[in-house]
Amino acid sequence: MTEKRIFDEMWGREEDLRAPYTLFKDWFDGEEPARLRAKQREAEELFRLTGITFNVYGRAEAEERLIPFDIIPRIISGPEWQRLSRGIEQRVRAINAFLYDIYHGQEIIKSGRLPARMIENNAAFLPQMIGVNPPGGVYTHIVGIDLVRTDDNQFYVLEDNARTPSGVSYMLENRETMLQMFPELFARNRVQRVETYPSDLRSSLSACAPEMAGSNPTVAVLTPGIYNSAYFEHAFLADQMGVELVEGHDLRVVDGRVAMRTTQGYKPIDVLYRRVDDDFLDPLNFNPDSALGVPGIMDVYRAGGITIANAPGTGIADDKAIYSYMPEIVEFYTGEKAILENVPTWRCSEPDALAYVLDNLEELVVKEVHGSGGYGMLIGPTATKKDIRDFRKKLEAKPANYIAQPTLALSTVPVFSNKGLSPRHVDLRPFVLVSPNKVNITPGGLTRVALKKGSLVVNSSQGGGTKDTWVLED
Amino acid sequence: MLGKTANGLYWMYRYLERAENTSRLVETGQRIGLTRLSSSEIEWKSILQTAGVLASFEANNDELTKDAAVDWMLRSRANPSSVLTSLEGARQNARMVRTALTTEVWEAVNRCYMKSKDLLARKVNERDLPQALNEIRQITALVRGATHGTMMRNDIYDFARIGTFLERADNTARILDVKYYVLLPTVMSVGSSIDNVQWETILRSVSARGGFRMSYGNDYKPTDIADFLILDKRMPRSLAFCVGKIRGNLGYLAKTYGETPESYEKVTELEERYLSKTIDAVFEEGLHHYIQTVLRSIGDVGAQIEIDYRFYE
Repeated sequence: MTEKRIFDEMWGREEDLRAPYTLFKDWFDGEEPARLRAKQREAEELFRLTGITFNVYGRAEAEERLIPFDIIPRIISGPEWQRLSRGIEQRVRAINAFLYDIYHGQEIIKSGRLPARMIENNAAFLPQMIGVNPPGGVYTHIVGIDLVRTDDNQFYVLEDNARTPSGVSYMLENRETMLQMFPELFARNRVQRVETYPSDLRSSLSACAPEMAGSNPTVAVLTPGIYNSAYFEHAFLADQMGVELVEGHDLRVVDGRVAMRTTQGYKPIDVLYRRVDDDFLDPLNFNPDSALGVPGIMDVYRAGGITIANAPGTGIADDKAIYSYMPEIVEFYTGEKAILENVPTWRCSEPDALAYVLDNLEELVVKEVHGSGGYGMLIGPTATKKDIRDFRKKLEAKPANYIAQPTLALSTVPVFSNKGLSPRHVDLRPFVLVSPNKVNITPGGLTRVALKKGSLVVNSSQGGGTKDTWVLED
Repeated sequence: MLGKTANGLYWMYRYLERAENTSRLVETGQRIGLTRLSSSEIEWKSILQTAGVLASFEANNDELTKDAAVDWMLRSRANPSSVLTSLEGARQNARMVRTALTTEVWEAVNRCYMKSKDLLARKVNERDLPQALNEIRQITALVRGATHGTMMRNDIYDFARIGTFLERADNTARILDVKYYVLLPTVMSVGSSIDNVQWETILRSVSARGGFRMSYGNDYKPTDIADFLILDKRMPRSLAFCVGKIRGNLGYLAKTYGETPESYEKVTELEERYLSKTIDAVFEEGLHHYIQTVLRSIGDVGAQIEIDYRFYE
């Protein structure tokens, strides 16, 4: 990569303090580093006590780990956010329209904008959803759009998370922790609130309840259980919404409704916010070995007896192969050009693209179409010769499994280190709630930060941390 | 409330109570060891027996020594009732029912777990034992304090209390079951120092020497001790007290849910038939037989609660 300076969200490219950080810098300059270090430790203690942990699969020891938290906020100005949220809303509306279409008339395929093979042999496409009308017409009740930034006005969508995006509990707990530790910062800066997310989530889900539900629908969160890596978040959200946290074995189909076993017998559920993958949702309709789901829930769903959030089959919209068509998808359903840009993407299923990718592996990021969590990917510029050789073989064996993108010069944001402020690469996941009449975007979202100097991998499973994300009022 | 949640609350508080009781038994054993008036091995054997872990101890250890017994009761992972596994169990259940707990209770139980993991990371040597036991009692007391101070008095609280008192009644009954013979009039060789140690042991294992003295004076009489542990309703670990609490909380549940469950009938019967008599009548019936009957009924009530409130299905 050329030695061009990376865009830093505090300092820009030229060491000019950017406006959103003005008040913060005044404050920071007046702080004793020793006090801040103590605060950093205090934050960790708070997290440990609250139990904000994630479980690491396959490790008996240290089965619960903390995601490192950095006390320096990431700050976004009001106008920057307005533009972003317009783009996010447009994209999320398009995703819902796309999902309706793909499970009904498939106009987009008939129009020739999307090749039929993208759907036909795609495991994320659920034939069981064809012709099904989800209550309220909403497919993706909760969406997380992963964004990266490369310049003042340049954001890219890295990924759409339309299945069961996680991380919102960190967004909330990070803010809570900052409010506890640095109340004076919030007195100076006018930061938009994120605290309403749980109640917004509950009203948004309730607004999507099936018609038969009364004015106060029963909502529940479905978790795979306490050993799941995101269990903390499931419990946290259920608690904050004031709804039950259920597991598959608490549920059963009773008289055509999905009902939970309470101390007083079975009680029907109207809206199920499930944090269980499609495949495990219903052993009768999907994976027969699943012990996490509810036998027969799909039949109740098809009959309109329950809302499942997100709807089964939404994975077809955030599939990495479909991702490359998102600009077309947005235009097709909204009639407007996409406000948010995609990262340029080579589909290795196409011979020309594959040839280019194979020739330029050292420069590119290559991802598995169905992978997640930063596993199974190649980051060309930082990979060893052997990594690249090995990857080339995999790529040649199954080109359709991969897409490739240029290595973006991700923006940096300062973290608090032993040497004071040091720049580290970040991404951003805003959370979006969709109900029949409304798209609600929480100002901010989850900022993930690669704590290792120079690293571009922000995933918590690979040494990433998080930060509080501020959107200023103006 | 979910049946699973009722189950989780019940077990969370049973495990907390168990951890406390086990640490109290360890402390008792440690104290008797210091008096040198009885064989340490026999005492540790009866303590393991009281904790209900003698069989598993013998299956895993060649020799019964004080160190091995203490370690087994405090921190062995192979012992499902050790203090460490109990506190882990309490915290695991708390995680499961996180949404039913206040933040303060959750943080207290989480702190309790983290602290106990530190305290019991390695074998606790004799010198540090009193301090460690003390701390364990304190961190579990914090959970109880947060429970009293912050939880709503609703069905959540009822299941927490039922778990606590079932475990406690069971524990007191087992102490009596193992030690009943020292309370029998036939072996009463009044005032011998061995008897005094035995009686004190019993009182110590329920942290009740002070309470006993206050109510019965300085003279240890076996019938008084039996009366105190079985029938005295002022004594928070007596069978009558615990069973009364269980009936009370089952009664609140019945009122909340508008339905009187079978477990309520069972606990009422237990209370009326066995815990509303005089201590003389108990001795007439035969202390050992009586205690075993009560122990069994407590188990029955527990099993019926699981069914009545759909803990598992």
